[in-house]
Amino acid sequence: MIPAPAFLSNPERFMAFSRWAAPMFGLIAAILGLAGLYLGFSAPDDYQQGATVRIMFIHVPAAWLSMFVYGCLAVASLLSLIFRHALADAAAQAAAPLGAGFTFLALVTGSLWGRPMWGTWWVWDARLTSVLVLFLFYLAYIALRAALDDEAKAARACAILALVGAVNLPVVHYSVVWWNSLHQGASVFRADGPAMPPVFLIPLLLMSLAYMAAFGALWLVSIRGEVWRRRAEAAALRAARS
Amino acid sequence: MSRISALLARETALAWGRGGGPLVSVGFYAGVATLLPLAIGPEAQRLAAIAPGAAWVALALASLLSLDRLFERDFEDGALDLLTLSSTPLELTCAIKCLSQWLATGAPLALAAPIAAIGLGAPPALAPLIFACALVGGLAFAFTGGIGAALSLGARRGGLLTAVIVLPLFVPPVIFGGGALDAFASGLGWTAGFALLCAYAAAAVALGPLAMAAACRNALA
Amino acid sequence: MLKLRPGRWAGVITALQLRGVAVSRGGRRLFSGLDLDLAPGEVCALTGANGAGKTSLLRTIAGLSAPDMGDIGFGGADPGDARQGGLHLLGHLDGLKAARTTREELTFWSRWGGAASDGADQAVTALALGGLLDLEVRRLSAGQRRRLALARLLAAPRPLWLLDEPLSPLDAAWRARFGAVMQAHLAGGGMILAAVHDPLPIPARSLALEAAA
Repeated sequence: MIPAPAFLSNPERFMAFSRWAAPMFGLIAAILGLAGLYLGFSAPDDYQQGATVRIMFIHVPAAWLSMFVYGCLAVASLLSLIFRHALADAAAQAAAPLGAGFTFLALVTGSLWGRPMWGTWWVWDARLTSVLVLFLFYLAYIALRAALDDEAKAARACAILALVGAVNLPVVHYSVVWWNSLHQGASVFRADGPAMPPVFLIPLLLMSLAYMAAFGALWLVSIRGEVWRRRAEAAALRAARS
Repeated sequence: MSRISALLARETALAWGRGGGPLVSVGFYAGVATLLPLAIGPEAQRLAAIAPGAAWVALALASLLSLDRLFERDFEDGALDLLTLSSTPLELTCAIKCLSQWLATGAPLALAAPIAAIGLGAPPALAPLIFACALVGGLAFAFTGGIGAALSLGARRGGLLTAVIVLPLFVPPVIFGGGALDAFASGLGWTAGFALLCAYAAAAVALGPLAMAAACRNALA
Repeated sequence: MLKLRPGRWAGVITALQLRGVAVSRGGRRLFSGLDLDLAPGEVCALTGANGAGKTSLLRTIAGLSAPDMGDIGFGGADPGDARQGGLHLLGHLDGLKAARTTREELTFWSRWGGAASDGADQAVTALALGGLLDLEVRRLSAGQRRRLALARLLAAPRPLWLLDEPLSPLDAAWRARFGAVMQAHLAGGGMILAAVHDPLPIPARSLALEAAA
């Protein structure tokens, strides 16, 4: 999924690649998503959770993507920090709002799922809490990017923040798990619980792949947009001077 | 060595005066500790249950207070240029600045924390542990906070931004310290939480200056 | 009128060489292809319109930012060592804290620069700061503040001075006196690169920065 950085580090090659890759990913996302949704909604009700189990097909892939996108953000930031590569920075910049979006989706659908399952909108469960902190990290990244005027400096400052977050997030997750076991014994929510029957597993996998493809398409499109914006700005600067 | 002790003396003097220094931090802390019972109700039972946690989280908030000025003043008046152009590594300079911040605000807050907790109804036996947690936790808050302060150099609304960056970094130390206090109050083993807090503080002291120095160099370039 | 101690810095920086240096600021190329050679005892006045990149060039030589292109050499010395112990940068901003006294600031910056124990005293004598020592920096006039900032140069002797508008707040008498200080520095084998609008009070060759084509 992560495009080979060496091949795509050339902006021209990246633009040529993404021109057809982005719509193709979008198409794959649409096909897999429709198939996943169809299978998901034609699946029988869960014997414990009833029809609400279907939120899983929306929620679980979003939660996975929230972490996957942070991984992409951290890798792109590392590359931008080491090689001072503008495209890597554009990739990091474009990944942040997408990651925040997936994380937000995971939180909202998790809350909607929690209401019928646990009888409450929010539980201070280890997973939920760490996803919430992940969301705060995305917000901090976006806020820092927006507050610094000099783009080259914003790029490096944001890359440093992304790496600080990458070091800190596992600690956050561990600390929240520890805190949770201290406070409420066994966790309410066990995703690894009973083995999942194929009738649920297949739509879940399809939906996850659809989310991945959708992220790929959106990411490429927003990197392209960022590249165009930077080119337009450079052109305007040249025009202003001549 | 003389250079480092000179820097420590200067930074501590500046931190002591920065935005009112320890007095404002402790005053803010006392204010939060006073507002809590007003919001929750004077019922001793309920207050006592939340006292250690409330005293602890108020401490994390109070340590945010003068953080945004940690690098910003030196950045604005050009002193950071001169601090950077030295045979003393910038990482060490950043570490000393955070250490001074801790001496000027973290340590006075650590003295105030047991008083606030007992005032809220925590058992007096908790006082030594909350003092120790505040002392070690303050180190973690100062060194992770310095990362936020350095990253928001040159930003619009730097102060608020520092808080937004720093608060997610405060999650583990708040949990570890709160967990240790909670365990102690309910008669369980508190050493695990305290040891984790110490480990987090040590990691922050070791790694934070690397991020701070990189962020300062970036802001100056 | 003033004795600096020549030779204490032997081996740190023996020359400054710029070769084809290009510098950008905020994504805008300021100048390119800049060459400059400065040998011991030489002074160069850097001229150019506002925004031509004088300050950026001085900060680039000091190592605070990196040039886009070109090489900056210090006569064969390791650039890291040269910048840490071999040069003074005096910017528009003087790095002084308003709430501290002249003495506190001077003592700190002398120690930070690695000055000898009598370095600060020498600077006090040379720049007539004796009467100001117990005043807080906020009470100093602009010219007095500048003299305090200049005292850093004298407290911890280093061969290369990078000065950004060093004279602007000083009156005519102090400009002349600082001219003498600069001459003493050059006589001791020092080098000065100064960004200026007004001519320096001592004879100097000049280098004009012009915007990149």
